[in-house]
Amino acid sequence: MSAITDLSAAELAAAIAAGRAGAEEAAKAYLAVIEQREGQIGAFNEVLADRALDEARAIDRRRAAGEPLGPLAGVPVAIKDNLCTAYGRTTCSSRMLENFQAPYTATAVGKLQDAGAVIIGKTNMDEFAMGSSTENSGFGPTRNPWDVSRVPGGSSGGSAAAVAAGMCPAALGSDTGGSIRQPAALCGVVGLKPTYGRVSRYGLVAYGSSLDQIGPLTHDVTDCALLTRVIAGYDRADSTSIPQDVPDYLAAIEKPIAGLRVGLPKEFFSQALDSEIRQAVLAAGEAIKAAGARIVEVSLPTSRVDSDGDGKLSSFAVACYYIVASAEASSNLARYDGVHYGYRTPAKVDDIVDLYCRSRAEGLGAEVKRRIMLGAYTLSSGYYDAYYLKALKVRRLIKNDFDRAFQSCDLLLCPTTPTTAFKLGEKTADPLTMYLADVYTLSVNLAGLPGLSVPAAISAAGLPIGMQLIGPVFSEGRLLQVARAYETATGITRLKPPQ
Amino acid sequence: MSKNVDEALVRHIGVLARVELTDPEVESHAAQLGAILEYFDKLNELPTDGVEPMVHAMELSNVLADDTPEPSLTSEQALQNAPARDGDYFKVPKVIGESQ
Repeated sequence: MSAITDLSAAELAAAIAAGRAGAEEAAKAYLAVIEQREGQIGAFNEVLADRALDEARAIDRRRAAGEPLGPLAGVPVAIKDNLCTAYGRTTCSSRMLENFQAPYTATAVGKLQDAGAVIIGKTNMDEFAMGSSTENSGFGPTRNPWDVSRVPGGSSGGSAAAVAAGMCPAALGSDTGGSIRQPAALCGVVGLKPTYGRVSRYGLVAYGSSLDQIGPLTHDVTDCALLTRVIAGYDRADSTSIPQDVPDYLAAIEKPIAGLRVGLPKEFFSQALDSEIRQAVLAAGEAIKAAGARIVEVSLPTSRVDSDGDGKLSSFAVACYYIVASAEASSNLARYDGVHYGYRTPAKVDDIVDLYCRSRAEGLGAEVKRRIMLGAYTLSSGYYDAYYLKALKVRRLIKNDFDRAFQSCDLLLCPTTPTTAFKLGEKTADPLTMYLADVYTLSVNLAGLPGLSVPAAISAAGLPIGMQLIGPVFSEGRLLQVARAYETATGITRLKPPQ
Repeated sequence: MSKNVDEALVRHIGVLARVELTDPEVESHAAQLGAILEYFDKLNELPTDGVEPMVHAMELSNVLADDTPEPSLTSEQALQNAPARDGDYFKVPKVIGESQ
């Protein structure tokens, strides 16, 4: 395989800008990897080969003409298929949107394009981002490049697997309860869920609007900093984006971490956690300590993770999250009505309500229906206070716990997932078991905080183990800085699955 | 074992959610929704009296834009994914008339 695909996004952009590599050459090299691996992995819903080559040639022409190039000029990037692109299709891996062509491009994708990135394809996902294994896709599952009998995680499983399999140097995902960080951990790549409002959600197909954020998946921390800097920032098209300057994350990550206080939330290291993951994350803490940080113990009581005798996990945060997310989903997904866009039943219907009910029954998958129904129920008359309002109060308690923890530390270190990548089909029979795959990530979305997953170690079975860094709002630079220090100290970076 | 969600309740939720359910779906949802709702009830162990509900992660209020017209999607763009259209309109089955 051509060495050009061994370069990081930052290195590739630099090589192209310096004329040491061509954008077309890079696009062709990555398309060749996709050609070779896609049949096994199933990371893409659509590969935009012709468009990518055209864009790459345009970059090469601009470089030849001496025109200025953006920081990602010529870098192929894959896009999760719930981000609208005015080219190709935007399906959310749902039959409902199988032929949907978005009339506009999401702000985050537009910013990548403006920076010179070459959009190489749209990646598979759990339908409408609801799931933790990418098995809920309407178009078939994605497989983990480390072991194709295992899931890549989800819902951004296609993006994580594409990066891990070397099909692109970077990808965008979205994270509502862990959907970037969990697949990043399971596939051995770096994934960031930015602070709520840091990246514009304009053009991201809505699931849980108070929780959703777009973020990058990359091979190393520097690339994560590079892409985050490109996609972040205020956007008047998203009234929940925050008007605050974007720091130079690339400069921030090289600063020494001496004196930073890293908190270990004790409730995240209980018996509920796989012992190998506990050891790996605690060892990472030691490495970060050796690099100059201080380790302190903190408490997040409302996000506590318990385990019963059978190893079944429980957490208030999981209950809180699924009430809030399902309620928002039931409202957001009301737009799929068989009238304005998307699937319409071909059956003869009696009236408009019948058209809605049948189109949704046929166009939506089981998990999506389950969450819409859960949301409709918990918001319905007589149950609103018991479920939805209660969950909003618990959400406040969860956020208060983080605020209190950040009085005695600058960031938190904890696991990203309770286990390494699990087998396809292992958790599909019981929705609750699948929900628990996000037990360490979803509190971060409820509280609106940034969370970063980076590879911490490889398990004895040869599967990646991720660790999660969580900080106060707008502390992405600090999380990336500590992750970069870990990467430098241990050399655990740019992991490659055995082929 | 799980909270009592009977088939009539599942059918009622299906109507609220505008999703037609087959008989086997009603049966499986009754069991699964029951287990999930029972799990949700775990929140009752947490005292929340006097706690302010948290609706949004970043508490912005009154985000206003200038009241100036700007270009938006054309009718053609808005209709380009419509399953059925009639000129510049979305086409739906007869809404008023025979039934009722």
